[in-house]
Amino acid sequence: MRNWGGSVVHFNWRHTVYGYVQSCYTPLAQRCYSHGGKLESDEEFDARWVTYFNKADIDAWELRKGMNTLIGYDLVPEPKILEAALRACRRLDDLASAMRILEAVKDKSGPHKKIYPYLIQELRPTLDELGISTPEELGMD
Amino acid sequence: MSQPMYLDRLDTPLPDRPWKDVLDSTDKSLKQKEKGPWTALSKEEKIALYRLKFNHTYPEMKRPSHEWKTVIGGMFIVFGITGLVVFWQCHYVYPPQPHTFGEEWQAKQIQRMLDMRINPITGFSAQWDYKNKQWK
Repeated sequence: MRNWGGSVVHFNWRHTVYGYVQSCYTPLAQRCYSHGGKLESDEEFDARWVTYFNKADIDAWELRKGMNTLIGYDLVPEPKILEAALRACRRLDDLASAMRILEAVKDKSGPHKKIYPYLIQELRPTLDELGISTPEELGMD
Repeated sequence: MSQPMYLDRLDTPLPDRPWKDVLDSTDKSLKQKEKGPWTALSKEEKIALYRLKFNHTYPEMKRPSHEWKTVIGGMFIVFGITGLVVFWQCHYVYPPQPHTFGEEWQAKQIQRMLDMRINPITGFSAQWDYKNKQWK
């Protein structure tokens, strides 16, 4: 993993398998610690990332670092994490990054075409509230 | 590398710096407008803001290229040149074939091998029908 500005951030690889639960996609995660330790659950992972993006005075670097790291994981982030990230974009007055995030998670879904529409459906209230248009709406796909 | 670089990468959605660093006055006023509610921005303005910050969209990054045609074509050209070189070499470089390769010599050689009963059980002479003087 890259070190930015001298700071070292250690990330553990997370393996997820997508399971079907009542036609919703939920990541069933197992977080493996190379040095041995307690496995982190989905909720703890999500909560950690939501807290990261919810920081009131988040700066642009932290947003970029967070997003790039999150996209580096082998999973598609939960809508609540993405909502926190989009709100962070709003606090930073950065519409372009918000749209970029949506493009990135669509790409992360890979061959699973149903994940992105589900995410957009879950994020619709936030998108409308903040006025973020999806790339599809702007014809950029 | 020591300066923040712009990179279009699928796995790095937000690069270190925006695509357009130097903003002219229209860009600056658009950026000012971005500080207000985004619902007030038109579609063209949103697209313009995106293009200020990023060079290619994800679909543009993933577009297929025609490079494979260049590669295959170049490969065949190289094969062709190699073929010409080999042909020239066969003609001008190789010494004449040894006399033992000639038709007459080969025929006498085979006859001698049969007379000596080379590999009579499973090999060479086993394939020759000695009675009818032909190959089996």
